[in-house]
Amino acid sequence: MPSFSHFFETLVSNKGLFIDAMLLTLKLTAVSILFGIIIGLFFALLKLSRSKILSFISDAYVYLVRGTPLIVQIFILYFGISGVFLIPDFWAAALALAFHNGAYIAEIFRGTIQSIDKGQMEAGRSLGMSKGLAMRRIILPQAFRRALPPLGNQFIIGLKDSSLAAFISMNELFNVATTLGSNNFDEMTYLLIVAVYYLVLVALLTILVRMFENRLAVSDR
Amino acid sequence: MTTREMIKIENLNKSFGDLHVLKNINLEVFESDVVCLIGASGSGKSTLLRCLNFLEKKDNGNIIIEGKEITPSTHDINEIRQKVGMVFQHFNLFPHMTVLENIIEAPVHVKKVSKKEAIEEAKVLLSKVGLGDKADVYPSKLSGGQKQRVAIARALAMKPDIMLFDEPTSALDPELVGEVLATMKELAEDGMTMVVVTHEMGFAREVADWIIYMNEGMIIEKGHPEEFFENPKEERTREFLSTTQLK
Repeated sequence: MPSFSHFFETLVSNKGLFIDAMLLTLKLTAVSILFGIIIGLFFALLKLSRSKILSFISDAYVYLVRGTPLIVQIFILYFGISGVFLIPDFWAAALALAFHNGAYIAEIFRGTIQSIDKGQMEAGRSLGMSKGLAMRRIILPQAFRRALPPLGNQFIIGLKDSSLAAFISMNELFNVATTLGSNNFDEMTYLLIVAVYYLVLVALLTILVRMFENRLAVSDR
Repeated sequence: MTTREMIKIENLNKSFGDLHVLKNINLEVFESDVVCLIGASGSGKSTLLRCLNFLEKKDNGNIIIEGKEITPSTHDINEIRQKVGMVFQHFNLFPHMTVLENIIEAPVHVKKVSKKEAIEEAKVLLSKVGLGDKADVYPSKLSGGQKQRVAIARALAMKPDIMLFDEPTSALDPELVGEVLATMKELAEDGMTMVVVTHEMGFAREVADWIIYMNEGMIIEKGHPEEFFENPKEERTREFLSTTQLK
């Protein structure tokens, strides 16, 4: 194990490189979560639609994503996408992560939408709302609020999963740590440093989600 | 005097699987009538009410609202529902919206009334149901009776021609029943056409123009309150009334 002073000196002297890497990690995470939410909501609504075919498509998507390792998906999507379209590596990685997060987020939304009392939809419909309007104005705001705790959990998983983008040569946190570690024959120090970065990021994300939860909980007070 | 026929039901049937819940129901409701549906649990009265609002799909028979036969294929059900307000046993207020937002939601987003106008009308309705001071409160802060009065105001905000009440006081603590019934009575006095599923015999007797007793999916007896309660014709009605009067 490195001494604390050596750890601390390395942490400070490499902060520029790590902060750049952290920004890339954050960008990857933010994009993959944002698109993951859109994809997730889309497939949750497919799943809940009356059409058996649409519901099956949603099931198939969730099964494919949950049934294969993320690293396999990243490689397939990375080599697949960049084999067909010329897109920047960043977007290949971000979309692969979004595609992955989307399946878990779809399940979260499906569960919370189904957990909203049936009477809410009936009340909306009885006022003359279309099914879509009632979904948008009545059900989804409540379902989204209920989804926040499990979503926060998924955001944390997504943040840490972005480290797998290292394997398609994204210079995010994990990649920078292992590269610097092996260049300096000092792997352990750099791995401990990167662990600290992840811990701080997860702490910030947790606080952010909690703040959001509190803001949405205003109707309970 | 000719009064407008608001609701007419002809040979309505409805089953849930093997269970035949509504058997050949025929019913007419005229403008400004207050019709109370009474009967034991499972007699089909709530299902009948929900068919009127198309929350349940009939198996066969005709539902005629304001002279037009309505089916989901020939009419926009959403437009019909704007004319037929509904109040539920469990209120079904939108918990993520304040009282005022609950009331203006449908006028603004369905009828496209301007927000300013909707708010003004909502405030009038709120003071009418005695909750003028609760506009900015969330439903979780209200008592059951207050919630139900907000639900009534919310339904009225769409300016319906007909109001349906599905056991509006059954989920309330006994001491809160009176305030909701008083609001409904006022509404009846204003001339609203109302169909009320209820167990409140006192209310039915005092406010209703017609009482309909249902049993096992059939309408057993229909009468004006006086004759219905004093002089029921059917044996089954007498049996039912004797059980309720024990309370």
